[in-house]
This record gives sequence, C-alpha cells and structure tokens, in this order.
Amino acid sequence: MSDPNYLQQVSTQVRRDIIRMVNGAASGHPGGSLGAADYLVALFMEIMDHDPKNFDMDGIGQDIFVLSNGHLSAALYSVLSRSGYFPPEELGTFRKMGTRLQGHPCTEKGLPGIRVATGSLGQGLSVAIGAALAKKLNKDPRKVFCLMGDGELQEGQVWEAAMYAAANKVDNLIAAVDYNGKQIDGSLDDVMPLGNLKAKWDVFGWKVLEAKGNDMEDLIKTLRDAISYTDKGIPVVILLHTEMGFGVDFMMGTHKWHGVAPNDEETARALDQLEETLGDY
Amino acid sequence: MTQTATVEKKATRAGFGEALLELGHKNPMVVALCADLTGSLKMDAFAKAFPDRFFQAGIAEANMIGMAAGLSIGGKIPFAGTFANFATGRVYDQIRQSVAYSDKNVKICASHAGLSLGEDGATHQILEDIGLMKMLPGMTVINPCDFNQTKAATHAIAEHLGPVYLRFGRPDWPNFTPADQKFEIGKAIRMREGHDVSIIATGHMVWIALKAAEELARQGVSAEIIDIHTIKPLDEDAIVSSLQKTGCAVTAEEHSIHGGLGDSIAQCLARKIPAPVEMVAVNDQFGESGKPLELMSKYGLDTPDIVAAAIRTMNRK
Repeated sequence: MSDPNYLQQVSTQVRRDIIRMVNGAASGHPGGSLGAADYLVALFMEIMDHDPKNFDMDGIGQDIFVLSNGHLSAALYSVLSRSGYFPPEELGTFRKMGTRLQGHPCTEKGLPGIRVATGSLGQGLSVAIGAALAKKLNKDPRKVFCLMGDGELQEGQVWEAAMYAAANKVDNLIAAVDYNGKQIDGSLDDVMPLGNLKAKWDVFGWKVLEAKGNDMEDLIKTLRDAISYTDKGIPVVILLHTEMGFGVDFMMGTHKWHGVAPNDEETARALDQLEETLGDY
Repeated sequence: MTQTATVEKKATRAGFGEALLELGHKNPMVVALCADLTGSLKMDAFAKAFPDRFFQAGIAEANMIGMAAGLSIGGKIPFAGTFANFATGRVYDQIRQSVAYSDKNVKICASHAGLSLGEDGATHQILEDIGLMKMLPGMTVINPCDFNQTKAATHAIAEHLGPVYLRFGRPDWPNFTPADQKFEIGKAIRMREGHDVSIIATGHMVWIALKAAEELARQGVSAEIIDIHTIKPLDEDAIVSSLQKTGCAVTAEEHSIHGGLGDSIAQCLARKIPAPVEMVAVNDQFGESGKPLELMSKYGLDTPDIVAAAIRTMNRK
C-alpha cells in the first residue's frame, strides 16, 4: 500500500495541474475538479488494478473507470497522466485546438484512459453497468468504477440505471457520488434538492457507503470496504462528502468556481497554496 | 422483371428476430437488449435460447442505450431493440454521446417505424427517425424492404464494426427478395431496369414502387426501380449511373419529406448530376390511427402517388 502522505502529495500536484490547465485554457471546471481530486488519486494510484502502459478499449483483465460527470475532465486528465497513461507535458494542451484533452472526455481523439465520451450528464452509470455486464460474460473478475456528480443525479437516467443494477445483481460495480452539494446555478438544495440521498440509494437496492471525500486515508479505507462488498449480489455506491474547490481557499464554500477559470492573478494566489510536489508539466 | 401478383407476406420484424437467433448461435459476442417489447421485436426466441446474453432493460430506453454502449467496451456486439420512436427521438442524446461520438459497436434495432405501425396512431408512428439517425457522424442507416432483406441486413450489421441504425416495421408485407441474397451495406440494388424515370425507394416503399412500375409500364413508361436499403452511406454511384440514363427521379419512403431519403437523393443529385426529383413521403404531418394500407393511401404513399410523381418528374426533364 502506498503511503497516504505520498498520495496526498500527488493530490496536491493534481490540484496544481488543474489550476494551471484551466488557467491556460481560460476555460474549464476547477471547482468540482479540485473537490474530486483526492478520490481520483486514491482510485487510480492505490485501488484500481490497471495497466496504464497497455491501455485498450475493451479493458479485459483490468479495472475500468467511467467519469460520468465529464466536466471534471481536468482532474481526470491530470490523474491519468500522473498514473502513466500519457506524459504530463500533454496537460498543457487542455481544451486547445487539436488536443486529445477535449473540454469533456471523448474517445475520438484516442486519449489513453478514456473509453466513452461523457459530459452530457446522467449517462455514465448506464455505460458502467454495461461494461460490468460484459466483464461478467467474459468471466473477467476485475471491477468497474463510475463517478457521478450530485447535481447529475437530477437526471432520470441515473435512476433507471440504479434500478437495473440492483434488480440484476450487477455486483462488480462501484459507483461514487461527488456529493459537494453544489451545481452551476447554486446549492443543490436551492436548485433541486435530492432529499435523503443515502435513503434513496438504499431503497433502490444498493449497498451505500460514505466517505470523507477529501481525506485520503478515509477514501482508501472506504474504497477497500467497497471492494469487499462486491460480488455479493448488490451494487455498491459511495457518497463522497467533498468540498467544491478544496485546496484553494477562495474557491471553497461557493459554487462560483464551478465553470469559471481563474485569471493569472487568481492562479498565482491559488498556486501559492499548492506545493509543487511532483514537478509541474 | 418482378411480378407483384402473388407473393407471400411476412413482417420485416420477423426477419430481424430470425436472424438474431441465428446470430446467437453463430457468434458468441452477439448480445441483445430490449425495453419491454421482446415479443413485438421478435427477440423472444433469442432471449429464450441465450438468457445470459439477453438483457431486459424494462421501460427505460435511455439506460438500455447506455448499457449497450458499455457492453461493447468488453468486446460484445450489442443489438438494442425497441420501437423506432423510442429507439431514436426518445434517446437521441444517449445515442449521440454514448454510442455515435464514442464510436461504439452498437446496433440500434428499431421496429414499428412509420405509418404502417397502424392503429396505435401518431404517438408511435415516427416519421423523423431516418433524419435523426443519418445526421449523426459515423452512423450507418439501413431500412430494408422485406423479410428476407431484413434478415440478411441483420446478419450483415453484425459483421460491420461501428454503430448502425436498422429500421424495420410491424405489418406483414410482401416478401419478394431472394432468401439467399447477399446483403452489402451501402450497395443499392436495382430491382427493375428502365430508361424513362428512376424510382428510388427504401423500406416498405420498394414494394409499392414495383407496383407503380407495373402500372407505369401499362402507360408506356419504362421505370427503373432502385432499392436503397442503406440510406447512409448512400450508394451515390448507383444513383448517378441510373440518372445518367433516365434524367429524372422519384424518391419513395415511409418517412417525413424532411430529413429522409428524399433529402439525401436531392443532395446527391444537386452535387453530382442536377435533375428533377419528386418526393413521395409524408408531407410535414403527424400520422393517425388506421390500417396500414389505409394510412399509406391517405398520406400519399400509395401506388398512384408514385405513378403521378413519375409523370411529374418526367415532365420536368
């Protein structure tokens, strides 16, 4: 097992990457990306059984990840590159003409690590379920992971998928919800409350776990718990209690930075709070 | 020359169901999904024979399309079936992002397309699906004309790597093409040779076009009939070569006049061989309840409509 302190350092670098990428493109979604960075680092650097140097579309014999809330692309690209899928230097092309690092993840440009286009919300869990069903047919014991946004759960398709997975015992799947309580127009409670989210997943027939989404040790522990609940006839979901903008003081506690890029001065202020641990791209 | 007098009738959807079952035996990578219309789509035989490879999605088409995309990630060849209305318009964005843009090897199998769905009425009679699907980059769009051709097309799309929209229908319909036909995606079939007018038809309308050709022959007009089972990619060479001979065209489809075969042919002719075109299609309307043939007559998709369109386009040469 990797040292949680080391993983925390990776997270800090990922946050630097996110800020620099979004600033460099003068567009993107820093808030959610910063909030979910720790989960993605824990998943890719500690939990998943995958082979970044030998990426192929079918992913047979490897764990598969689907980012349903595709607007967290900056975080995903940084973690993919820091895991070895492609050189970190390419992060500087984020959202620029000709890049493989499109605004939202896609397969068309051939970026290793991406198996489906996402961004139009609510679709990733269905795709993850399909990939999990294929693993069962292929007698492939590896798992499928899917991250969704909390606002995304307002899409009806998510609940179609939730119903299906429970009814059909899709138990090689670990979903997670980036439960930061915020969406573009404001707080979830103001825009469209989700009510008792834990109870909702529970009555839909899922095993529900909760994690401190910005606490590396708790994330790893909960993800390990989640794996221990797989192959038991029940799909698993983790509610990640995250903070949008985590790690940059002026981006925390607000939905303002959902889809706004920091200017150069703001970027400098943000980077002052994030140590360069692995070296900038 | 095709004789349209006595031909056995079989539904195109039954051709799909038979081929799907055969594919199940032939290719272990083929899997199927359905959204609570297994009997209507004739997918029940596959579901019974291959329960582990059949996924009942319930009345949740969006999830079905997403799961089909996911199954293809593991190398499977998913055939996702439901009524054409729910297989396209209802899930357009799911098909656009998870299937087409992601270049997934998913076969969207759509039954009960067009007016010939009949009594269920306009809520179910989609006339816009060809347009919706052909607009998507990389999507192959196929509308076979009878039972045998639907069966052959179903086999062909399993061999084709990439997303496909396969459109077929509900009613029993004359089964006039050979059972042993070779189906080549994107290759038009000349059903009847002629030199005065090219009648370019797709789906159920190929049969109506053949009947119209017989009537036109009685009037001394020699009509060439082209079966465009693949609307995209369009066999432009076949269109151009026919038009070089006839100099005018009629298109015939069980679809809206907007966005369907007529548009594709008109675009091809405008670019390659400008010539008069008349379109036999539903004229920017919704359908209604009725028997298939009654409806096709009322909405201008019958033999006399094609005959009249042929005379009009010939007069414009």
